[in-house]
Amino acid sequence: MALDEFDSENRIFTAVGTSPVRPDGMDKVTGKAQFGADMSAPGMLIGAVVRSPHAHARIVKIDASKAEALPGVKAVVTRADFNNSVSRANADVLDNCMAGDKALYDGHAVAAIAATSATLARKAARLVEVEYEVLPHVTDVDAAMVPDAPVIREGIDAAVEGMSPNVMARHEFGHGDIDAGFAEADLVMEKSFKTAAAHQGYIEPHACLGSLGADGRGELWCCTQGHFVARNICAELLGIDAAQLRVVASEIGGGFGGKTTVFIEPVALALSRKTQRPVKIVMSRSEVFRATGPTSSTSMDVKIGMKRDGTITAALAVNRFQGGAYPGSPVDMGSMCSFACYALENVKAVGYDVICNRPKQAAYRAPGSPMAAFAVESVIDMMCQELDLDPVEVRIKNGAREGTKASYGPKWPQIGLQATLEAAKAHPHMKAPLGPNQGRGVACGFWFNHGGETSVSLALSPDGTANLSVGTPDIGGSRASMCLMAAEELGIPYDKVRTTVVDTASLGYNDVSHGSRVTYASGLATIKAARDAKKKLCQRAAKIWGIDEDAVTWEDGMAIPAGHNAGQHDPLPFAKICKSMGRTGGPISGHFEATPEGAGVSFATHIVDAEVDPETGATSVTRYTVCQDAGKAIHPAYVEGQFQGGAAQGIGWALNEEYIYGEDGRLQNDGFLDYRIPVASDLPMIDTEIVEVPNPGHPYGVRGVGETSIVPPLAAIANAVSRAAGVRMTELPMSPPRILKALDDQDG
Amino acid sequence: MSKIHVSTYINGDETEFLCDPEETLLDVLRDRLGLTGAKEGCGTGDCGACSVTVDGRVVCACLMLGAEAAGRKIGTIEGMADGADLHPLQRKFLDHAALQCGVCTPGILVAAKNLLERNPDPTETEVRYWLAGNLCRCTGYDKIVRAVMDAAAEMRQA
Repeated sequence: MALDEFDSENRIFTAVGTSPVRPDGMDKVTGKAQFGADMSAPGMLIGAVVRSPHAHARIVKIDASKAEALPGVKAVVTRADFNNSVSRANADVLDNCMAGDKALYDGHAVAAIAATSATLARKAARLVEVEYEVLPHVTDVDAAMVPDAPVIREGIDAAVEGMSPNVMARHEFGHGDIDAGFAEADLVMEKSFKTAAAHQGYIEPHACLGSLGADGRGELWCCTQGHFVARNICAELLGIDAAQLRVVASEIGGGFGGKTTVFIEPVALALSRKTQRPVKIVMSRSEVFRATGPTSSTSMDVKIGMKRDGTITAALAVNRFQGGAYPGSPVDMGSMCSFACYALENVKAVGYDVICNRPKQAAYRAPGSPMAAFAVESVIDMMCQELDLDPVEVRIKNGAREGTKASYGPKWPQIGLQATLEAAKAHPHMKAPLGPNQGRGVACGFWFNHGGETSVSLALSPDGTANLSVGTPDIGGSRASMCLMAAEELGIPYDKVRTTVVDTASLGYNDVSHGSRVTYASGLATIKAARDAKKKLCQRAAKIWGIDEDAVTWEDGMAIPAGHNAGQHDPLPFAKICKSMGRTGGPISGHFEATPEGAGVSFATHIVDAEVDPETGATSVTRYTVCQDAGKAIHPAYVEGQFQGGAAQGIGWALNEEYIYGEDGRLQNDGFLDYRIPVASDLPMIDTEIVEVPNPGHPYGVRGVGETSIVPPLAAIANAVSRAAGVRMTELPMSPPRILKALDDQDG
Repeated sequence: MSKIHVSTYINGDETEFLCDPEETLLDVLRDRLGLTGAKEGCGTGDCGACSVTVDGRVVCACLMLGAEAAGRKIGTIEGMADGADLHPLQRKFLDHAALQCGVCTPGILVAAKNLLERNPDPTETEVRYWLAGNLCRCTGYDKIVRAVMDAAAEMRQA
């Protein structure tokens, strides 16, 4: 059996499925863990970035002479200090890190300063005089699409005839004949929706410490979801060899997709190259809001046809996502996700990728899927209300199963949607009585999950312990999961394995920690590396016993003779072979370097009770239950944590969080006071049901759990709020003023 | 610009430092004294990641000047464990998997310890309101609240 195929049928796990204390836990509860901003270097300078106050402006002139005249100011960099012949793939990344001819959004970096202190650097940044020619701007996705909208990028032909050149691409997915499907329906419902841009909201602002010598060799310490990617991009933007830049990933204080690219890292390196001193840059919270993240704001139309018995006959979604000033919004993935939960004969999803004068969107947990689900799951809920059908039963009836042809093409293997629906149906939450002004909402969600390029190395020590080197930054406890999987395979205790996220000079390439890929891909790599090590351990046993390698097998953490013909030999335990490895052939390490292709899709069903105060329009979430397919929960407590964290972020997005732009195109709420993420007193306990339908593409059945949990909340909460308030909410966030307006409009 | 000489107590130790008049206590702790356990998540007192105690009161270290520490008793996350013995809250945070990325954890632990010193038997609601000034983006607070309640229960037995 191939190693990346599921092999856990009837397997009894000993380590996997337990929830031990995480290996980095002690450092994190004592304040010792070093995050991005916690590192310093001798002779270090502090960098500060000069940012555009305009949403759209031509940069006429940058005069830094007053700043440079300040004692202690050591260097100023602008776009001219970077490699301006970068590949097409990284041209937008460079332009986002440091503007070229034009500033494309409020907060766009236009220059940077290095000085001997943070105070001085900030003061000097204010003295840089930038002459701007202010241009017309647009920040709303629908407004950016009309033919006479201000054009963000000149000289590009329209991608879609009749639309503004701000529309960068059109995507279409689906099959069947939707017109014929709608003709078969007893009820056809069509509705439009909008969602505001939400920021990932990690508590740790971006921070880095870079050093780049005149010899082209550099060191970079940064908080990132992917230091190998950071290395490759920074090397290209600086015009140096990737191998000469060693990147160390700090502990990371949250990412959620927002730390999968670079912002200040190449700037710190450029300042260091100019000063020949280490340069540290730490973003302020305002900079984080203005210049990183967020996810797309969207505008969507969904049309669904249904028979009286709840059978869906046809479905259409038209999704318009703005991705900030650069192409690449997740509208393609969102459109693939729109109807992924359903088995449909006639289905079509169209997506438009739109640019406008906002910061370049960054991935945010299941990019595109939560918004798409909000629109689709809302329409299904409205139809259930109209036809007096049970929303869980309608989803069970139409829900995708093994063998279903997905709306975006593939035929599903074993999947867990129905199992999550059955778990929801059976959950006591569904039968709990509702109080006055309360409503219950249900919604499903889908995410692809991802494999990605992966390298790990597992080195054995003479004392029978193991060092696992991984290259995927630990964003939610993955070192614990890796230790569990290595321990499981080697048959040694959890605490005999140490997992380290090593630097880019110490391991082969790894894609970023995204796409819910780490427990799946680095986990598979760990298992496979452990099996590689076990093969070598068996070879050593064969050598010790003087028999053929084929005559030795591995069982319960020991090498044993494979059969009677192998002769009588006492089993050799793991630790014993390790102890003698110096004499039997030298060091033993297991390896894995490849791209696992068997990522398993995952589904979830969420149940929410919400109470709406009709006088103030304020909503409180009174009960929340997550039922999600994990495939196999390696560390169940951290699986629950992912479920709960995704739900909480979804609650914030649904009820409060929103980028607010003024008429001047400037962000008005660039701080946690005005961009309010959920606090402890806003939320109830969040119940979790871990469903385990194994992924056939992973030895233990792992699917990955990080992203699907944020897909259903927007819709589930909207369905709960709409039922509680008695009026359908079609725009997020459902902030008190929006709810009051909806109630007033209904009365009017 | 002349610096200010400040004498203070940090985690029980007499400590002296020089700082600029506009430097915050957080700047001093992190950049001058190497105590990087308190984090700067916002610099505006909204996130609580820099929570420390000043004379027994929870304060956002980013909102207080370093010079104001003169003669006060400052408590930080670095002073919470007794050598190798973790405070019950620290242990319960590990047992309950109450941290994911861990960047908010020092501030939350400092704030929670202060709560339990004032109120050894808090209700869930009291825990949630006391910690409302400490943002966590990873956990949804569920396991944090459980860990605090569990630590409180254990400490009441002691």
